[in-house]
Amino acid sequence: MLYDDFFKHPKDVSVILKRMEELTHITGPIRLMEICGTHTMAIARSGIKTILPQSIQLISGPGCPVCVTPTNIIDMVLDLSKRPNLLITSYGDLLRVPGSIQADNLLHRKASGSKVEAVYSPMDAIQIAVSHPELEVVFLGVGFETTAPGTAACILEAAAQNLTNFSVLCLLKRTEPALRSLIESPDFAVDGFLCPGHVAAVIGSDAFSFLSDDYHLPGVVSGFEPGDLLYSILELTSMIAQHQPALKNEYSRLVHSDGNPIAVQLINDVFYPIANDWRGLGHIENSGYAIKEKYALWDTWKKFSLHPALNKPNSNCRCAQVIRGTFSPTSCPLFRKICSPENPVGPCMVSGEGACAAAYQYEI
Amino acid sequence: MEDRITLDYGSGGLKTSQLIDSILMPAFQNPILSQLGDGAVLDGNNKLVFSTDSFVVSPWRFPGGDIGKLCVCGTVNDLCMAGGTPKYLSLSFILEEGFLFSDFKQIVTSIGKEAKKAGVMIVTGDTKVVESGKGDGIYINTSGIGFQCLNLPGKLGIRPNDSILISGSVGCHGAAIMMARAGLLQEGSSLISDCQSLHLFLDTIQNAAAPGSIRILRDPTRGGIATTLNEFIEGTPLSIELSSADIPIDPSVQAACDILGLDPLYCACEGRMLVICDPESTDSILSAMKMIPGGENSTQIGTVTNNLPGKVLLRTAIGGKRILSKLSGMQLPRIC
Amino acid sequence: MCLAIPMKIQSISGPSATCEAGGLTQTIRIDFIKDASPGDYVMVHAGFAIQKMSEKEAIDNFKLLEEIQNAL
Repeated sequence: MLYDDFFKHPKDVSVILKRMEELTHITGPIRLMEICGTHTMAIARSGIKTILPQSIQLISGPGCPVCVTPTNIIDMVLDLSKRPNLLITSYGDLLRVPGSIQADNLLHRKASGSKVEAVYSPMDAIQIAVSHPELEVVFLGVGFETTAPGTAACILEAAAQNLTNFSVLCLLKRTEPALRSLIESPDFAVDGFLCPGHVAAVIGSDAFSFLSDDYHLPGVVSGFEPGDLLYSILELTSMIAQHQPALKNEYSRLVHSDGNPIAVQLINDVFYPIANDWRGLGHIENSGYAIKEKYALWDTWKKFSLHPALNKPNSNCRCAQVIRGTFSPTSCPLFRKICSPENPVGPCMVSGEGACAAAYQYEI
Repeated sequence: MEDRITLDYGSGGLKTSQLIDSILMPAFQNPILSQLGDGAVLDGNNKLVFSTDSFVVSPWRFPGGDIGKLCVCGTVNDLCMAGGTPKYLSLSFILEEGFLFSDFKQIVTSIGKEAKKAGVMIVTGDTKVVESGKGDGIYINTSGIGFQCLNLPGKLGIRPNDSILISGSVGCHGAAIMMARAGLLQEGSSLISDCQSLHLFLDTIQNAAAPGSIRILRDPTRGGIATTLNEFIEGTPLSIELSSADIPIDPSVQAACDILGLDPLYCACEGRMLVICDPESTDSILSAMKMIPGGENSTQIGTVTNNLPGKVLLRTAIGGKRILSKLSGMQLPRIC
Repeated sequence: MCLAIPMKIQSISGPSATCEAGGLTQTIRIDFIKDASPGDYVMVHAGFAIQKMSEKEAIDNFKLLEEIQNAL
């Protein structure tokens, strides 16, 4: 696609940067938060932080579904993996996430005999269930609104096929309640948001207008190429300079104001919002999805009557503050010393998209 | 003969002989092997290069090759990168009971073909069969001996301003295997492994380069070029600076990596050569590399400096900079 | 939170479509894409197309961006 290339190799990078610099003379130092882990990774890979004006600081928010899944849930999954004839299927992201014991994760359990399989799509998990009727197949349904419609379609498919040896452990999360909780927290200090382009592709850019409507904070729904990021940061800086917070859509080649109504309908058909625990943000009303009663047969929570233990986070791990943007990964006492991508303590190090992993791998 | 390998074929008795006589000997025919001694007696007055490697690739058949081709290329390339012209290979199979004879024959044929191409003789070998469930179909070990033709100083010979060259696009093998493993690779796909023997590259560049101008050669297998480049300079006062625009990446490799959430710079190559050489010899070595079939896209990807000791620095498309660190753990497909 | 890749639809069969990117073809699901047809570009996440991409919108978008740059 020609136009995609335009965003991959933006022209006039120096012009954009110069304009940003001028604007920061008006704004003073500003802090912009990306709330999508794919943005965190795209920012790290493009090296954008090394060319931005010094007074623009980019910080990573709670945007990785793996990072925000609490320890007690991981412990519960690890426990589940001990059952005979049960196969856990998951996106690769989750396999290395430790529970409350460092280095205890699904990969480790696999090495000790548990059945664990990485899949690319929930449909692959269904395929495995179809071809292995002797196994009970559980799919770990993590993700945000981008991943939710596919997970819903997969539950509908299992229902249509009347597949009795398959269920989904729904760990899906919703962005808006988490963002509101973050903004309302006492140590919140962010001047604008880069909004997640692929979440918005599903739920619509309008779903983020509460940022300016309710909190007078500017937001830009952004794509993931270096050009997208540069333009979005420029728009945010410009809105801050003009004191005119609004919600803008830089990713209009994909994102509509109402998103994808069919996908939204599918989410609403299969799931309903419930309160959820987030690593770093705590208990937030309506911030997760649960599977509706109608599809209870494919709900791992109900099928196995699961009850997670109480949460016992590592006392030295600063991921909670990192996720809220109040603490930088490199100032954590565990960073590089005890906590590394090979042997992660906290979730921000474990996921390739976590703020700590990005800092570990890419920062100079 | 049955259609599947049974435990009897690893017994050392009659069935083992049948396997050797009917499948292995015809494929690798040479006077040293045909003596079928406990070991091979080899000629040579040269300084020797010796290397070994084991192959457990799954799936064993992948676009662009199979475990047979790979087990020859792997050891041949290790010998070449150490400056040795590959001469002799040993070949050991660990087969899982129930493995299909037809598949085994296909693998043996690939080995014979690639060995001939690379100019190496299979001079000794072994076959074991393990019970069903105790192996992943087939494992192969090859060890190789080469005659030294190029004396390489190695890491200690690397100097600031040296050039870093690559013999083609990166990450093809790793990306193809990951896609095949995820079941995402369809028939006729343009994504194929770069698996090939590098003996011609060694022959050619040793003639093209002034004596002492080549510091080190390496085929960037597991961990990709990012990991290999780090190994060159970690713990030294030197750094390596690359520009992302100069690194050749096939569109199909980039697409596969975008689908799976991987980075091509960390995906294995099985037929590419990284060269560090002195700046004066860069042009002559590069033009020689480009003449070799499979080396047409050879190019310089970076330079050795001492700006950031022990680190590999990548300049991005928008002029940003980032560190390229070693691969941590294995690459897993991810959604986020 | 959401890796995705733009792919071009080559053919459609029920809820599935064969798509292409960088010479790679893949079978994906298009359950929630309205009026998908061969030639369309879709954004693919975890085996599902999440939305169509629009060339016209993209062109409008960077015209707008150029205006921002020039006006500033």
